[in-house]
Amino acid sequence: MSAVSGPLKVGIRFAESSRPLSEEALRKIDEAIARYPQKGSALLPALWIAQQEQGYCGTAAQEAIAERLGVSPAFVASVVSFYTMYHTQPVGRHVIDVCTTVSCWLRGSDALVDHLERKLGIRVGETTPDGRFTMRTVECLGSCGTAPMCQIGDDFHEDLTHEKIDAVLEGLK
Amino acid sequence: MAALEGKVLTAHTGHDDQRDIEAAMKRGVWSRLPKALAMSPEALIDEVKKSGLRGRGGAGFPTGVKWSFMPKEPVKPSYLVVNADESEPGTFKDRLLMERDPHLCLEGFLISAWAIRASIVFIYIRGEFVAGYRTLGRAIEAARAKGFIGRNVLGSGWDIDVILHRGAGAYICGEETALMESLEGKRGYPRLKPPFPAQHGVYGSPTTVNNVETLACLPSIVDRGAAWFAGIGREKNTGPKLYCLSGHVLRPGVYEAELGVPFETLYREYGGGLLDPKRTLKAVIPGGSSAAVLTPEECAGLTMDFDSLAAKGTLLGSAGMMFMDDSICMVRALERVLKFYAHESCGQCTPCRIGSDWIYRIVKRVEAGGGTPEDTATLVSVCDGMVGKTICVFADAAAIPARSFVDKFRHEFDDHIRRKGCSMKSAPAGAPA
Repeated sequence: MSAVSGPLKVGIRFAESSRPLSEEALRKIDEAIARYPQKGSALLPALWIAQQEQGYCGTAAQEAIAERLGVSPAFVASVVSFYTMYHTQPVGRHVIDVCTTVSCWLRGSDALVDHLERKLGIRVGETTPDGRFTMRTVECLGSCGTAPMCQIGDDFHEDLTHEKIDAVLEGLK
Repeated sequence: MAALEGKVLTAHTGHDDQRDIEAAMKRGVWSRLPKALAMSPEALIDEVKKSGLRGRGGAGFPTGVKWSFMPKEPVKPSYLVVNADESEPGTFKDRLLMERDPHLCLEGFLISAWAIRASIVFIYIRGEFVAGYRTLGRAIEAARAKGFIGRNVLGSGWDIDVILHRGAGAYICGEETALMESLEGKRGYPRLKPPFPAQHGVYGSPTTVNNVETLACLPSIVDRGAAWFAGIGREKNTGPKLYCLSGHVLRPGVYEAELGVPFETLYREYGGGLLDPKRTLKAVIPGGSSAAVLTPEECAGLTMDFDSLAAKGTLLGSAGMMFMDDSICMVRALERVLKFYAHESCGQCTPCRIGSDWIYRIVKRVEAGGGTPEDTATLVSVCDGMVGKTICVFADAAAIPARSFVDKFRHEFDDHIRRKGCSMKSAPAGAPA
């Protein structure tokens, strides 16, 4: 049975330290707190605000948020690590999330990932040396009718061919 | 019982200006909320019960009945939570509604909120849907400016607020109690039931959780009546439904038809048959990847509704239909399905945390050629050790499809083990050039 036991994921990625959050970010977090009947609900929004400002949710940001919400930094870290969209370490300027779940797989996501690995010279999970791109594979993004597809930052890029993704990347500096 | 004439949910999703409140109002959106507010919540719940509307998120529970579980004289504020965490593999219908007709969605949300006398509507939208998040956000502000949201809505004396809440990437948060935990700012761990959300939901308050498509049906029920809605589709499976076609069909996409539309209509007429007409259909997952797989023989004569699919031992689920042609190795396909569950298990219950990972590894090993003759029996036994043994149905959603692949395509698993690998080396059809 030993061949089938053990953790699936490769270790825990500890958060890197980050700059303190700006006054502007803290003000936005306070606004988020004010929107909800209970301030705990502002945790996910607060992490979004931190990530928007710093590109990732580092330890300094997590600690500031913990203090604002009256929870422990360990609690914040446990929440950050639960969700795939929060980065705990610096990432490239553009994060390419390639959907590889069933519908995209049926429409060629494996070939798309291979193409991107070759083109960018990195493996899944890595960042290009110039800091321009990070590439990840992700589970279903709810765009199965326009497969294969990927999400880069806020945008979905659908019905991808290798030429089409090349053109998209060309436009991202 | 009749076919759907015209479109109800997607009547206006093709208009580029439908996101604009003025354009939406010219097409009748927001004209049904005043009618709903003129009814008592009890009458509204009755009307929705009579319509036969069943939840479109996957479980198919009668919506009016769910509403009636809310306490009649609550001591705490009541909440509506809109489940917009659309994440079931193969499903992309709520996204279409939110991005293309946000005011129809909002009108439905408010009608539901009135029926359960909620004071806040929380819309929990998955973090990846940035376009939908922004579109809904703008629609909420426009509706607030018109007096549809806020204090004393349209002079009814009812105060309602709408809070748009963005998730951050976790399939399990589509499970209603995990969603509520996430909304409270925690890890998305499902809660034990009972207590059910209607007694103890968000912040311990009475809460109803409804899916976006379910709620988008409400304006038409208020407008045209329960009898009209109940006349569409089949007995106990009524109303319009959005079907998501993906995989090896010529024209993938979201199609609106009556509940109980024939499989053949969706596959041939709407989907255009197979992407590569030289191939033959090998398998169909009918309701998102949590549903048991069907063979083409099982699909013959099938109607696509909750009860017909349950009778076939599978689910309508979210109506995420994934088509596979005969270029696909079913062991490989199952490996791909199970990788999802191994990744997305929240890890709270041991049978699921260990089981979803374990069955993925077995199938992966069999596919790669390292399978042993005992592996299929072990796989089946681990699946049986998962079903019904956890807090939520995630473990079932991984184990039941896994068993269906092994039961229906057993020869492919045996073949992999005997030959120490896959005899079909072709890449999935439709791979981009």
